[in-house]
Amino acid sequence: MKFIVSIALIALLSLAACLYLPWWTIAIVAFLVAALVPQNPASSFFSGFIALFLLWGYLAWYLSSNNDHLLAHRISLLILKMDSPALLIVVTALIGALVAGFAALSGSYLRKH
Amino acid sequence: MLVVTLHTKLLLPAPLGKLLSPQHGVWQNAENNNVDFNATLKFPQLKAKVDVYLDDRLVPHVFAEQENDIYFVQGFLHAKFRLWQMELQTHAAAGRASEIVGSIAFKHDQEFRRLGMVYGAEASLKEMESDPVTKIICDAYTAGVNAYIATLTESSLPLEYKLIGYQPEKWSNLKSALFLKNMSENLAGGEDDFEMTNAKSFFSKEDFDKLYPLHQDSLDPVIPKGTVYGIPKLELKIPAAADSLYFSNKDITVTQEQKPDKDNGSNNWAVSGTKTKTGSPILCNDPHLSLKLPAIWFEMQLSTPSYNAYGVSFPGAPGIIIGFNDSCSWGVTNGGRDVRDYYEIKFRDDSRQEYWFDSAWKKTEFRYEEIRVRDSTTYFDTVAYTVFGPVMYDKTFSGDRTSNSRYFAVRWKAHDPSNELKAFILLNKAKNYQDYLVATSYMKTPGQNFVFASKSGDIAMRTQGDWPAKWKGQGDFIMPGTDSSYMWQGMIPPDETPFQFNPERNFVSSANQDPADSTYPYYLGRGYSIYRGISINRRLEAMENITPEDMMTLQTDNYNVFAEMTIPLFLKNISETAMTDSEKKYLNLLRYWDYNNAPGSKAATVFAVLWKNFDKAVFDDEFKNAPKVIMHPYESNLLEGILSDSAYGFVDNISTPQQETLADEIKSALENSRVELEQAEKNDTIEWAKYKGTSVKHLLRLDALSRLKLPIGGGTHCINAAKATHGPSWRMIISLTPQTTAYGVYPGGQSGNPGSRFYDNFIDKWAAGEYYSLWMMAKGEEKDKRVKWRMSFNNN
Repeated sequence: MKFIVSIALIALLSLAACLYLPWWTIAIVAFLVAALVPQNPASSFFSGFIALFLLWGYLAWYLSSNNDHLLAHRISLLILKMDSPALLIVVTALIGALVAGFAALSGSYLRKH
Repeated sequence: MLVVTLHTKLLLPAPLGKLLSPQHGVWQNAENNNVDFNATLKFPQLKAKVDVYLDDRLVPHVFAEQENDIYFVQGFLHAKFRLWQMELQTHAAAGRASEIVGSIAFKHDQEFRRLGMVYGAEASLKEMESDPVTKIICDAYTAGVNAYIATLTESSLPLEYKLIGYQPEKWSNLKSALFLKNMSENLAGGEDDFEMTNAKSFFSKEDFDKLYPLHQDSLDPVIPKGTVYGIPKLELKIPAAADSLYFSNKDITVTQEQKPDKDNGSNNWAVSGTKTKTGSPILCNDPHLSLKLPAIWFEMQLSTPSYNAYGVSFPGAPGIIIGFNDSCSWGVTNGGRDVRDYYEIKFRDDSRQEYWFDSAWKKTEFRYEEIRVRDSTTYFDTVAYTVFGPVMYDKTFSGDRTSNSRYFAVRWKAHDPSNELKAFILLNKAKNYQDYLVATSYMKTPGQNFVFASKSGDIAMRTQGDWPAKWKGQGDFIMPGTDSSYMWQGMIPPDETPFQFNPERNFVSSANQDPADSTYPYYLGRGYSIYRGISINRRLEAMENITPEDMMTLQTDNYNVFAEMTIPLFLKNISETAMTDSEKKYLNLLRYWDYNNAPGSKAATVFAVLWKNFDKAVFDDEFKNAPKVIMHPYESNLLEGILSDSAYGFVDNISTPQQETLADEIKSALENSRVELEQAEKNDTIEWAKYKGTSVKHLLRLDALSRLKLPIGGGTHCINAAKATHGPSWRMIISLTPQTTAYGVYPGGQSGNPGSRFYDNFIDKWAAGEYYSLWMMAKGEEKDKRVKWRMSFNNN
C-alpha cells in the first residue's frame, strides 16, 4: 500500500511542481516523499523509478502521438542517431525514472539515519 | 550527481534531463496536430485594434486600423514563428555567431568584424532613424518582437535554444539593420580582387585577356543590345601611372585556399497585356538563394487603411519585400556588380597609427572588436580604419587570401549610409510607375534589378542601385592605397541607370546577366551569368496569349541552354575510334538528349561530369604552377572560347611535347568521366536529381532537421536553377487582372519549429514545380473557410 501511495504521490507532486519549477524538482519531490513515507530502500527506489517512468513516459507519449511523432522522428535521429520515436520516449522515461529513483533512495537512507 | 550530469552538458552538447523533460524540454515543441492559434492579446503599445487571420497554410492576413500598429504585429508574428533564425542570422551578421555555436564560427566572426558589418549596419541605422517614418516603423517592429520574447517561458522556447542551451536576447533596430546588411553581404559582397590580382600576375597579358574576357558574344543583356546611351555625365580620370602601377604590375598575394564560389542568381520578368490571354500584365520572380530551413521568407498579407500588400517578408525586417498590392506588383534579381574593392595600405610602422596617403602621414582610427566564444576565451581584435574603410587583412588576419605581411583595406558600398527599408515600405504602397520610381530610388546596396507591372498596364525594369562609376578595369585588382587617384570618383547618376519602360518587345526580364551591352558608357566589370537570360528572352519572345499556367511552366523550365550550345560542338569534334562501349553509350545519351535537365535524365548527369572533366583537361596544365588563390575562368569563358575559336590556345596540354587539339581534350575528358559515371550507375545516382541531390538544410546543418535529396531537376544554367544547396527561394507569378490572380511557393513552411507540421510542408510542392494560389483576403471574408484561426490584438 505504501508503495502504491508513494508512486502516486511522487508522480502527482512531480507533475504539479514542474508546471512552475525546473525539471530537477522531480528529484526533490521523490527525495521528500521517500523521506516521509517509511519504506525499505529498494521499495523507495522503485517507487520513485516507477512513478517517473510512468509519468514522463506517458507525457512524452501523449505529446508525441498528438504530433504524429513528427518531432520525435527528428529528435531521435539527432540524439539517438536512429529513427525511433518509441526509443526516444523510453529514454525520456528512463531518465526521469533514474533521477527520481536515486533521489528516493537517498531520501529513504536519510530517514534511516 | 545524476541531476547535475543531466542538467549540464557532460553527456551531450545540451543537458539531457532538461532537454527531455516532457514539461520543459523538446517534447513541448511537438506541436499538436490540432494546434489552436486562436488568441486574444492585449498590448498597450498599440493605438487601435489589429486582427490577424491565419489561413490553412498558416499565412497571416493582418488587418490594422492604424498603419504603424501593423509593424508591431508583424514583429510579433515573425518572432512567434521564426525567432530563433532571426537571432541566429543577425548574430552571424554582427560576427557574434561564436557566442552561440562556439569556436567553429570564430573565423566567420573575425572576417565579418573586419569587413565592418556592424560599422555598416550602424551607418544604415543612423540613416534609417533620421527618417521619421522609417524610425517609427522600426520602433514598432522591434517592440512587437520584444513583446513576443517577453511571453517566452522555459517550455515555450524555440527548439534550437533548448538544443544548444541558451536564451534569446532583446531585439533592437540595429538587428533589423544587421539583417539587411547581411543581405548586402550575400548579394553585394562578392569580389575576386585577390584571385584576379594573382591571375594577372601569373599569366601573360594575352593569356589573361583570353581567360577572363570582358564581353561574351552570346550575351543578351537585361537592357537589350542596341539601346542608345548618351554621353556620360561623369568624366572619370584614370590615374596617370595606372598602366605600370596597376594593370601591368606583377604582384602575387599568395596563400593557401580558395574561397567558395558565390552562387547567387535570380530570374524576374514581366510581360505587357498584349502578350497575355487576359490583356493584363503578368509579373514573375524567383530569387535564388541558399536553400535553408527555416526558410529565409515568411509569407503574409499586410492591410491598413492606406495600403494592402501581399508577398514574402524577411523575418527580421518590417514590410513586404517581394509581392503585390491592389495596384501593382514588384520583384527583384541581384544586380551583381562589383561594389567591393581593396587598397593596399602603407603604414608608418607596425603600430598602424599612421598611413601614407596623398603625400602625408594620415592618422588611423581604430575600432575594437570583442569576439566572445562560447566555452572558450574572449578574443580582442583591433581593426584599423582608413579613408577607404577597415583594413580587413593584416598581420593578424589573412582570411586565407593573403600573406600575413601586408595591409589591405576594403572599400565596400554597403558601408555607406542608406535606407533600403524605405524602398520596400514605399513599394508596398506604390500605386503606379511614378511611385515605383520614387520607391526604388532608395535602393542603394545591394543593387537590384527591380521588375514592375501595374494594373494600369505598365511594365518596367530598372537596374537599380548606387553604383560606383569606375574607369575600365578599376577595382578588378587590388589598387594602390597611397593616394586618392585610385578611389571611386563618384556614383553613376541615377538618370543614367539602364532601364526599360513599356518596351516595344512587350516584355522585360533579368537573370543576373550584364545589365547592358558594351556601349554603356560606364564600366560594368565581369562575372555575370548569361545563360538563363538567353533562355528566358528566347521563350518570352515566342510566347503569345500567355496564361499564369504558361508562366509556371516557364519558371520551372529545366532546359539547359549551356548544354545546347556545347554538345553539338563536342559531337562535331569527337572521334569515336578506339572508344570503349561504355564511352559510346554515354556519348549516345548526349546525342539523343533533348537538353532538359529533367529529374530522371541520365544525359544531364553525363553532361555535367563530362564538362567538369573537360574544364580540367583544358586548364589543369596551365594552372598547375599557379598560386592557389587564383581566379578560375568562368564556364562561359571556356565555352565562348571554344565556340569562337576551335584552335583555342589552352586546349594544348603544355606538359606534353605533342600538340593536343580540342578533339583530344574532349576524348580525354570522356575517358576520365567514364569511371565516375560507371560508379554513379552502380550507386543508382546516375539520374540527374539523384546525382545533384538538391537539399534544403537546417541553418545548423543538422541532417535530422533538414530535407535531403529532393526529386527536382534544373540546375545552374536552367531557369529552374535548383542546385545542390541553392535555388529558387520563392517562386511568384502575379496576373494583374482587375481581380489579381496570384501564385507562389517557397521551399520551406511558415513555422520555424521542426516539431510543427508547418515546418517544411511546402517543400514537396516546390520540388514538383507546383504552386499555391495566393489569397489576397478582403474585409468581409472573415468567415471564409480558408480562415483557420484568428488572433486579435487590442490596446486595452
